[in-house]
Order: sequence, then structure tokens, then C-alpha cells
Amino acid sequence: MDSHAIATEHGEHELHDEEHPAYLRHHFVTVDQQRETASFGMWLFLLTEIMFFGGLFMAYLLYRNWYYDAFVAGSNTLGIALGTTNTAVLILSSFTMAMGVYSAEIRSRKGLLTSLSCTILLGLVFLGIKSVEYHEKYVEHHIPGASFSVEDFVHPSDKRDVPLAPDMAQHAQLFFFLYFAMTGMHALHMIIGISILFVLLYQAYHGAYMNGHTSTIDNFGLYWHFVDIVWIFLFPLLYLISRHPLK
Amino acid sequence: MSTIVTLPDQQDARLPKLSYLNSEYGLKSWLLTGDHKRIAMLYLISITFFFFVGGAFAGLIRLELLTPLPDLVASDTYNKLFTMHGVIMIFLFLVPSVPATVGNFVIPIMVGAKDLAFPKINLLSWYLYVAGACFLVFALLNGGVDTGWTFTTPLSTHYLNTHVITAAMGVFIAGFSSIFTGLNFIVTIHRMRCPGMTWFRLPLFCWSHYAASILMVLGTPVLAITLVLVMLERTIGIGVFDPTKGGDPLLFQHLFWFYSHPAVYIMILPGMGVISEVISTFSRKRVFGYTAVAFSSVAIAVFGFFVWAHHMFIMGVSNYSALVFSLLTMLVAVPSAIKIFNWAATLYKGSITFETPMLYAFGFMGLFTIGGLTGVFLGSLGMDIHLTETYFIVAHFHFVMVGGMLMAYLSGVHFWWPKMTGRMYPESMSQLAAVTTFIGFILTFFPQFIVGYLGMPRRYHAYPPEFQVLNVLSTAGASVLGIGYLLPMLYMPWSLKYGKIAGSNPWQATGLEWQIQSPPLTENFVDIPIMDHEAYDYDWLAHKTEHEVTTVG
Repeated sequence: MDSHAIATEHGEHELHDEEHPAYLRHHFVTVDQQRETASFGMWLFLLTEIMFFGGLFMAYLLYRNWYYDAFVAGSNTLGIALGTTNTAVLILSSFTMAMGVYSAEIRSRKGLLTSLSCTILLGLVFLGIKSVEYHEKYVEHHIPGASFSVEDFVHPSDKRDVPLAPDMAQHAQLFFFLYFAMTGMHALHMIIGISILFVLLYQAYHGAYMNGHTSTIDNFGLYWHFVDIVWIFLFPLLYLISRHPLK
Repeated sequence: MSTIVTLPDQQDARLPKLSYLNSEYGLKSWLLTGDHKRIAMLYLISITFFFFVGGAFAGLIRLELLTPLPDLVASDTYNKLFTMHGVIMIFLFLVPSVPATVGNFVIPIMVGAKDLAFPKINLLSWYLYVAGACFLVFALLNGGVDTGWTFTTPLSTHYLNTHVITAAMGVFIAGFSSIFTGLNFIVTIHRMRCPGMTWFRLPLFCWSHYAASILMVLGTPVLAITLVLVMLERTIGIGVFDPTKGGDPLLFQHLFWFYSHPAVYIMILPGMGVISEVISTFSRKRVFGYTAVAFSSVAIAVFGFFVWAHHMFIMGVSNYSALVFSLLTMLVAVPSAIKIFNWAATLYKGSITFETPMLYAFGFMGLFTIGGLTGVFLGSLGMDIHLTETYFIVAHFHFVMVGGMLMAYLSGVHFWWPKMTGRMYPESMSQLAAVTTFIGFILTFFPQFIVGYLGMPRRYHAYPPEFQVLNVLSTAGASVLGIGYLLPMLYMPWSLKYGKIAGSNPWQATGLEWQIQSPPLTENFVDIPIMDHEAYDYDWLAHKTEHEVTTVG
């Protein structure tokens, strides 16, 4: 409480205010109900997101089985160092987000501001590295389309210099399309997430989320972790599982 | 046993002074409202509009098919007509029909809540619906789209010069409207129930909406990503569905039907919820086998996700998967039959009255049964080879969707009209409309079973002369059906001003929504109610009215 005088003046209402604080929306009975409802809604929304990405994963699964050689050859041209760095950056950003949720819970404004800023920063670093990778693909003519070049694709066998059969090499376009679609869709979710983070940061700067009503931060945390987990699936599927082909 | 309930005398009923309709005035108070009842009204107006747009296309299709020769419209125009008819009717009418209007209005009241869990998201979903509709109208005005409502690749991606992207974008956006509606319903039914409202005290309307919402939430995102891929394929040629680049058009079919088969259950399940309420109310009996009917909704939702490949029997899927999908398809008939038998058993020894909602419900039971059983024909592998892509399938689909769902929708709108507006619709006029609709419907679509069985393919605007008699019958029926649909358009608005005052419970129904004033207050309940009886407990209702003086306003 800032001022003792104000607190006593409204002392009579204080007990009432705890039961019906200003942030309790009119159609909820209790604060708990409001919080549980919001969190349940968020989980359900994340379920729809899983289904949304599911279509792309299904396409990846199918074409990886059909055009195994092309997918291995395509995957081998991806930069593993940048991919690994990005994975680390993203996991770190999930940690800072979790710290943000914790800070809001213990009502530490400074902690919340720091965590949210760090999350934004790490998110931007991720997107930066991702754009470097995209640029590499552009330079190497690995963007599907008319200027797509199949020169770099070697046969996934011990003899690394054997080129892929021309028609199979063309199917690497499917790999790269799926690469761009999946990482692009993921990046879009990151951009949306970072935009929301800026709003949260602005609100937190002006003193929001310090009254125990932290639903928004909690639920955004869920979203951010979800986007992280999508990457945790994308990284091995696109970068790793073809590194050491069995052939 | 049914309980004898006398309907209240409507002479004494008066409109309440304060209700959700007059709590605020002005266009802004409607367009920025968070009130589920007002949003339901916004939906009601918009989907009625698109129903008549889609209906106009159907009328033109039937008019063209009056003669064997392609004489009214050109082939391309005909393709656009049936595509726009399908797209508008499915995505802008059937999917949001009962859930977004009636469901939006009564579900929060039925569970004893003051609003849906997320009022702003509810409003957002109406705006998404309107935005999607704008894209479709734009595509329509700029020359239409002629892929069929299924956006089949590679036809939609490579061989057409119409507004596929705009239309796909419209469906994509409208899809999110449906996702958010479903999400809102699930969360509301889980978290917003009033004290004493256990799962097995919920009206069956809530159960069927819950099941439909699961389908909306899990199915629609798959359609969304599929349409994104179609748009990308068309704009930058990504090759995922393009055989010349190693892609597989069949993958599109799998992804598309993974949503679009469950989508028919999204459309029909809310209708089944309406029928449960109406049958119970007008037989004055608890729904027979409440638990079975409740779980059959969930069973339909679960089975519904594993039958999609029955749309693909002739597309070269493996024989073994076709066998499995055929078997699973037949399994869906079981929970559907459970519902029909339980409704029939509810009627048995009930004190039945024949108000308009009940007439529509009878129409539903008959027509849905025919539509459902012909679905079993189509689910059997051998029959499907003969019947698929003929008018048999058109008739089957329309029996379920128009005979089933549209009847249920009209039944629901009539049933809850007194609650929504506070006034009664004109009874004899609407009974006439219900009967006209039924006769018109049978005349329109029954001949199509025969003409399809004889081999007339769908989606052509010319046909051999020997099919003309049946097609003329069908077109004649369509005109009768059109009149049947126009009648409510005339008397419903009329009743807003001149209808008899309804009072809070004109049907003596048991749902919580009938225990509050009509039209309800913005916050629905002054105090959160406590549910102390089972659903459809007419003894409780009779007891309640004995001891309580109903106050209105």
C-alpha cells in the first residue's frame, strides 16, 4: 500500500475488493474460475495449433518416405552449427519466459521487465540467425522455384561425391519447400509472439501484473513454450535425423 | 411417463421492461457487444442472408436442369453456380447455423452462466465470419470460382483461372471463426456450469454441442493448413500437391477430408441437440436413455475422425485401407441409430402436441433416417463404386444436411424464438411452412436418388433426355421448397412487432433458459442459479409452477 491514509479510508471495502477485484470480469463468480477458464482456453488453443502444424508434419512424413535420398541430401546441406545455436537460443528464451512468469507471481516488477526484455531479445536473435540461414539458401539456389539448383546434392552413401539421380535431386525441392513452410510457419508464430511480448512489456512497465492477476503472463508463457516445442520437433526432423544415413 | 402440463395463458404475459434488447441502443452497442445473445442475433441475420444467397444459386441450378440441354447458362457458369452454392451453404450457413445462433444464445443460459467464457473472442469469431464472407463475396462478384466446394487439386491449383485464392482465403478465415466458437463452447461447458449442474444434468443440447466443438477445434486447423498449401501451390508452385514435381494430389484429399468429413458431424450434431430438446418438450417426457444419447454424440465425434477415406474409395487408395474405412463408416451408423431409437422411445406414451418445432423435428427424424441409411449404402465398397459422383450422393447429402440439419435449424429457431424475441411466431402459418418444406423437400430430393441410381452424374448441366421427368419433378419440388423457406422470412420479422407476447415459458419446457424472463436480461440471471434437479424433469416443473408466482419484468 502506498499510503496508509487511503488504505484506512477504504478499509471497509477492502475485504469486499479481495473477493471482487477490479480485474474479475462480470461473468465469472470467482477469481479462480476466471484463471482456470483462461488457462483451459489457452491449452485448447494450443491443441488447435498442434493440428495446424500436423498437416505439414504429415506431408513431411509422407515425402520423406517417398524421396528418402533427396531428403537426406537436402538435409545435409543445412547448417548444423546455426541450427544448434538457434535451438540453444530458443531454449534459453523459454527459460527467461519461465522466469517472467515466476517474477509476475512473486510480484517483482523489475524481474518481470528484465525477463520479458531478455525473451524479446532472444526471440529476435533467433529470427536473425534464421534469416542468415534463409539468406544462405538463397545464395546456394536452394529456394524452390525456377532458379533451384541441384548441384550440391550428393548421394547419401559413403561415396560422398556421387551426385543424386536428376529426378530424385529435383525432389529435393519438396524438402526445401517443407523446410521453408515449416520453419516459416514457426517464425511467423515467433513474430506474433514477440509482438505480444512488446505489448506485455509496455503494460508491465506501466505497473500491470503486480496485483496477483497474472493469467495473461501465464498463458502467454504457455504459448511461448509451445512455439519452442514446435522447434524442438522441427530441428531434429529437418537438421539431424539424416546426418548419419544408415546406407 | 409423461407429465400433464398445461400451457400458461399468454393473455396475461407482458414484455419485461428491461432486457438484452433494450439495455443499450445504437448500432455501436450491437457491433461492439460482448453479450452472447446479441452476437447470436448478429449471426442469425448474417447466416440468414447467406442462406438465401446460397439458395438463389440452388434455384438457378435446378432451373438449368429443367431441360436436358445446356440452355440457360454456359458450362463455366454452371460450374461456378454449384461451387458457390456449396461453398456458401457449407461454410457460411451449415457450419455456423445452429451453434453460432441458437447455441450461442442458449448454451450459457443452459449451463447457468452469465455469458460464454470468452465474450470478446465470441465477438471476434463473428467478425472473422464476416471477413471470410467478404472474401467469398468478393470472389463471387469478380467472376466466381469453379473448383467445386472441395477445392480438388490439381484442378484448383493448375487448371483454372478463377478466383480460387480469394475463395480459399475466405474459407480459411471463416474456419477460424468456427474454431473460436468451438473453443468457447468447450471451455464454457467445462468451467462455467452453475452449482449443482453436473455433466449428467446438462441438457442434451449442450452434450451435442460439446461433441461438435471437439470436431471444430481439432478438424478445422487441418483444413486451414491445407488451404494455405493450396494457395501457395497456386501462387508460387511449391509442388506439394503437384505430381509433375513429385507431389501427391491424394495427400490433398486425405488432408481435406480429414476436416471435411468430420465437418458433416459439425453440421449435424448441433441439430441433433435441438431435436433432443424439442422432442422432450413436446412429448412432456424425459429423453429416453439420456446417458446413451449423450454418449452417442461423443461417439459420433470420435468415430467421425476415422472415416474420412470413404470419400476416396474410387481414388486409388489401397484395398485394405478401403476395407477398414468402410467398416468404420458403418460403425458411425450405430450411435446415429441410438439417437433415432431413443427419440422414438421418448415419443412413446408421451403427451405429444404438434407445434411447429415438433413438426420440423418429425421431418428431421424421417429425413435424417433416410439420409443416414443411404449413407450406409455409400459406405459399402461395391455400392460406392456404382453410386459415387452420381445424383445418389447429392440426394444422400441433401437428405442429411437439408432434410436433417436445416429442419433442425428451423425447429430450433422456432422453438427458441419466443425466448430470443419475447414474442410468439404465428402458429398456423408456421405449421403450414413446416409442412410445405417437408413436401417440397421430398419432391426435390427423392427423385434424385432414383436418377442417381440410374446413373446421372453430378456436376453436369446437360443429361440424357430419359432423365428429364425425374429432373422436372425435382425442380418443381425446389420451387415448393423455396416457398417453404420464404414463409418464415415473412412471418418471423412480422412477429417481432405483431406476435403474441410469449411470457417466460410458453412451452412449459424444463431448461434453465425457460425459467428466466423472455427476452432475457443482459446478464441472464440476477443471481447465479443452483441446479437441484435432473434435466427434463417435468415433475419438478409442475411442482415449481404450483407453488411459485411467476413474476415478469
